[in-house]
Amino acid sequence: MGQLFVTFFKIGLFTFGGGYAMLPLLQDEIVRRHKWATDEELMDYYSIGQCTPGIISVNVATFIGTKLYGKIGGFLATLAIIMPSMIIISLIAAILSQFMHNEYLKQGFSGIRIVVAALILNTLIDMWKKGVKGYQGYIIFILALSGIFFLNISAILIVIGASILGLILNLKRGAK
Amino acid sequence: MIYLLLFYEFFKVGLFAIGGGLVTIPFLFDLAEQYPWFTASELADMIAISESTPGPLGVNMATFAGYKAGGILGAISATFGLVCPSLIIIMLISKLLKKFSDNPYVQNILSGIRPAVIALIIMAGVEIAKISLVDYTSLLIFAIFALSIRFYKKSPIFYIVIAAVVGIIFKL
Repeated sequence: MGQLFVTFFKIGLFTFGGGYAMLPLLQDEIVRRHKWATDEELMDYYSIGQCTPGIISVNVATFIGTKLYGKIGGFLATLAIIMPSMIIISLIAAILSQFMHNEYLKQGFSGIRIVVAALILNTLIDMWKKGVKGYQGYIIFILALSGIFFLNISAILIVIGASILGLILNLKRGAK
Repeated sequence: MIYLLLFYEFFKVGLFAIGGGLVTIPFLFDLAEQYPWFTASELADMIAISESTPGPLGVNMATFAGYKAGGILGAISATFGLVCPSLIIIMLISKLLKKFSDNPYVQNILSGIRPAVIALIIMAGVEIAKISLVDYTSLLIFAIFALSIRFYKKSPIFYIVIAAVVGIIFKL
């Protein structure tokens, strides 16, 4: 169990951005080194991670921990994967609040905010290709966008509404 | 009781942000509107910091937001709130793994959520654009970055570091 903790701590410490960026490291540690799961199982975890709530890498950690040592293992692996983030980010937050008056830091962050907008745009283009399919997809997209824009509906209600619409429109009918 | 409130609010984010990573951002914008915990422009900074530090984006964001709202204990409450739904749900379905993602109803729900999530992230992007694209200089920098990111696939950290330098040079 110590090994489980150390491994997921390491994964949390050495991956940037999360999600798909994490896959190569997960394969290396979990499939090749420790043989806790096969490549196929890992891909299954990923696809389930995408269709269940929560952070994908946390889902994967919970899965493998549970598989190896039951609920305690699941809890432990999750704790291990979020620990590095919690320590590092708390430190940064503490330091930032001290230095946020610094003129250079302010200018640096103004530049960074611009690139964040560009990064989001880039992600959106990728997501659009995978996420919006068929006329049903467009309908839901337009409804959601106008709901947020004109009616200021909260993100949670949008997601609930979209799942109901997805069920009703039966988007995957005929698909295997 | 701020810690309970943080736990509760981030539990909801963890429960409804399906798809990971950037999907948490629109939910955090809702929180920025609702509570005095952090502002929209602090949220943009948070995104950059989360992208350039190790660990899953959502966890980083929760820790950062929680810390801003209630110090170390706030960070712990928010992060545990965020991962709790994952823990509970995955432990419940870990036995019937494959059946779950192949289930047609699950598939239908997902194909409904995906386009909606894109709409949500567009609105979050617009919020960040409003804060950051304030003049012609910033618009031009944005265009250059958007094109470079699209055509030279480098890690986000690479672009974030360059953007910080650009910000200081142009005194943005």
